[in-house]
This record gives sequence, structure tokens and C-alpha cells, in this order.
Amino acid sequence: MSEQFEPTIIGFTCNWCSYRAADLAGTARMKYPPNVRLIRLMCSGRLDPTFVFKALASGADGVMVTGCHPGECHYLEQNYKALRRFHLIQRTLRGLGVEPGRLRLVWASAAEGARFASEVASFVEEIRALGPLHWGQSNGAGAAASGAPEKPELQEVSA
Amino acid sequence: MSDNPKPKFAMYWAASCGGCEIAVLNTHEKILDVDANFDVVFWPVAMDAKYKDVEAMEDGSILLTLFNGGMRNDENEHIARLLRKKSKILVAFGSCATEGCIPGLANLGDSREIVHTAFNTVTTENPHKLYPMTSYDVPEGEIRIPAILPILKTLEQVVDVDYYMPGCPPESHQIAAVIDLVIQVLQGKAQLPPKGSVIGAGDSTVCDECKRTRNIKSIKSFERIWAIAAEPTVCLLEQGIPCNGPATRSGCNARCPTAGAQCIGCYGPAQGVVDYGARLISSFASVIDSNDPTEIDRILDGLVDPVGQFYRFNLAGSLLKAGVPAWKKEKV
Repeated sequence: MSEQFEPTIIGFTCNWCSYRAADLAGTARMKYPPNVRLIRLMCSGRLDPTFVFKALASGADGVMVTGCHPGECHYLEQNYKALRRFHLIQRTLRGLGVEPGRLRLVWASAAEGARFASEVASFVEEIRALGPLHWGQSNGAGAAASGAPEKPELQEVSA
Repeated sequence: MSDNPKPKFAMYWAASCGGCEIAVLNTHEKILDVDANFDVVFWPVAMDAKYKDVEAMEDGSILLTLFNGGMRNDENEHIARLLRKKSKILVAFGSCATEGCIPGLANLGDSREIVHTAFNTVTTENPHKLYPMTSYDVPEGEIRIPAILPILKTLEQVVDVDYYMPGCPPESHQIAAVIDLVIQVLQGKAQLPPKGSVIGAGDSTVCDECKRTRNIKSIKSFERIWAIAAEPTVCLLEQGIPCNGPATRSGCNARCPTAGAQCIGCYGPAQGVVDYGARLISSFASVIDSNDPTEIDRILDGLVDPVGQFYRFNLAGSLLKAGVPAWKKEKV
């Protein structure tokens, strides 16, 4: 592989803090890698774990969940719910053989554009180091590193 | 094959345990209604029939096929396609066909490992390390045995399915109700539900049918059911016992919680649930009474096997379908 692997990352942001942090990073023209596709939720507590599994099953190499700092949730304490779900999703992923590091939880207030940008940058590097996930495809030699999800291709095996 | 004017009925088992067939027989005298109203043309467990007999049937000539079992090898897939072609109504019958069930847990490892475990571990005496070959030439010609597939698939991942009937196994009273419904349809007294419906089950959750008292759930630890003396009338999840009721489809009359055991989820995802495990993760995470990451970790240590807890019956039918080892293609 001569070309650098560009991971696909789905980022979930909350309307009140982390989405505004991302917005601030943008208006302040801070640079961060373009690998993350942000999806805005009203709150990190809206993050159904289904979203994480769906993202990974559909070709994402990593998922980033972001929300308001503990104690600062617009809906009082739904980000704690997100925190507990995050722990449980990570444990489940580990059981499925997926590196728990493919899921990251980041707290970022509306003022923390720089923090948001640097978290994205470090997460992209971490996922790059882990390599493609290519869920549902062979991870063996020759797997395409384009990041574009392909149709799951299963091959028959015999002993 | 026969001149019997009655509509034709078939039942098949792929990768399954046979419990579904027993559940059908457990309908007691209702099984006589099946015989009275149907011509049973193919049911390997109950009668002698050959694949070539099915192949010789006209397409769409079997009115109703109950198909249980998952797709573990290419024979399962072949028969699924064959029965799809020959049947008007194909029902994914039982947890294995609808969502993979226990055999689907093999998707956590790779299929080579399964073969290795079966043929070359301490439980199998195999000093010459002989493995089955999928085909072999003998003077009479080539003989074949089915090849194992890399992952176990559900019926709908291979063919188009008309109805889904969950349960491990489906409860006999539910089977009896479905048999009654089909007979009424035959007599023009009722209509079939829309294609794709889940039949023989409720559209709510096990909690909804559970008689235990529910208060506010707020737990500080997960307990294993054998380790504590659970209060017999209060919600099990409230007592810290990981009960899968909140995500599981109703239809069994909350059998397990009523008997004092936690729901393990054999009726599969409740109506509207996309990923069974994800729904459970949500509900368990919601009842943990802690906002401190270290304490949360300690509480979650009480769930010793999250994948087994969340996907015992549903791994093959879940969004992720299998673990990483099953997806890896390794060099032979």
C-alpha cells in the first residue's frame, strides 16, 4: 500500500455544545482532517447505540461521540447516559473483536473549537494506525484501502 | 407425487436443534388439523422424502412451508432456494431462521476454527488429523458433502421471506393459533396478514406481559441470577439481574420472568427494534445509577459477557452479523 489510508469516521455532535465547537472551529478557520462526517443530534443522550453499529456495519472505520461536558448538559444529565452507553458499546465491540479505540467519546463545550479540532485530528491518526475496519469484508491481504464500502463478499471455506 | 387435492404443506430444518419440530408436535391434537387440511409433502423429521421429489414439484405448488434453522452450509442454502421456488408462503420459523439463534454465536469465530474444534481437539480422537473433504472421487463418481459457510446467515439473508415467526422455539399455543389462522384463510374466513409481518407473537415487549411489579429502576450493580435470592414479585432488572425483557418481543406470556428466571431474549427484537443488542445497551445504560466513569466501569464488570448477553439469539440477524474473526479471510 503506497497511498496513505484515509479512514472514514462518523462523528455525532450535540446541538448545544460540540456541534457549536465544530462550528467555531470552522469559523475560526482551524484546520482538521476532513475524514470526519458530522451528524448533529439534539443531545448526546439521543445517541442510540444502533447508530454506532450501523455506522461501523456500513463502512465507517471509527465513530466519534461528542457532547457537553459532564454537568453542562442542556438536558441536565443526558450526557451521563451517553457516557454509560459509550462504556457498554465499547465492551460489546471488544467482545466482537473490534478494537475499542474505534469508538471515542469527547466532551467539548461551545467555546472549545480548538479542542474539537485537535480531538478529531488525533482520532483520525489513531484510526489510521488501526487500519481499515472493512466490516463484512475480508480483512486479508489485498483488501482495498480506498475507504469506499463495497458489497460484503463472502467466500466459501473448507477445512 | 400424489393426487391429493388438499393444499400442500412442508417443513424443513436447516442449522437448528429440532426443538421447533417438537414445538409443532407439542400443539397436541392440533397437529391432526394440519393433517386434515393439508397434504404434508415434505418434512424430513417426520416422514421420508427426498430432495429430488421436491425438485420435481411444480414451482409454487407448496402452499405453506415452515422453514426453521439458519444457513450454516451450502446444502442449507440450496434447500432454502429450492423451497422458496416451490412455496407460495415461506415462513421463517423459529429463532434460527429469523435471527440465527444459538448456532449464530459461532459467528464470533471463524468457520475453520469450528471445523478444527469438531475434528481435532481433545474431544475428538483423530490421530491422523483427518478432515472431511467436500468432494471426493470414487469409482462410482464424485461424492460431495456440504461445505461450511464462513458465517451463519438467517433465512432472509438468502431468500425472500413472507412471514417471520420468532421464538426458541415458538410457543405451541402461538403455533396452534397460526395453524388455525391459515386454515381459516383456506376456508375463506380470514385474510393473511401483510407480507413481511411477524406472526405468532405480540407487537410489544416481554415487560409488557410480565406480571412483576415495576418501580423506578436504578441499579448499583449487576447480579447473576444464581448468586442472589431474587424477590419473586419485583422486576428482575430492578434487582440488578440483567433481564432482556425491555428489548424482547412479547408472545411468550413472559414465561421466564414468571418462573423466576431472567428473559434471555429468545423471541427476538421487539417491534421497531433495528438492532436487538443496541436496544438492550440503551436500556441497561439507562438504569445504571452512576455518573462516575470508574464506578460505571465497575458496575459494568458485572455483565461478564456483553455479547452473549445482548446477542445470544440475535448475532446473525444483528447489524454487525458476526465478529471480526469470522470476517477475516485467512490463508488456508
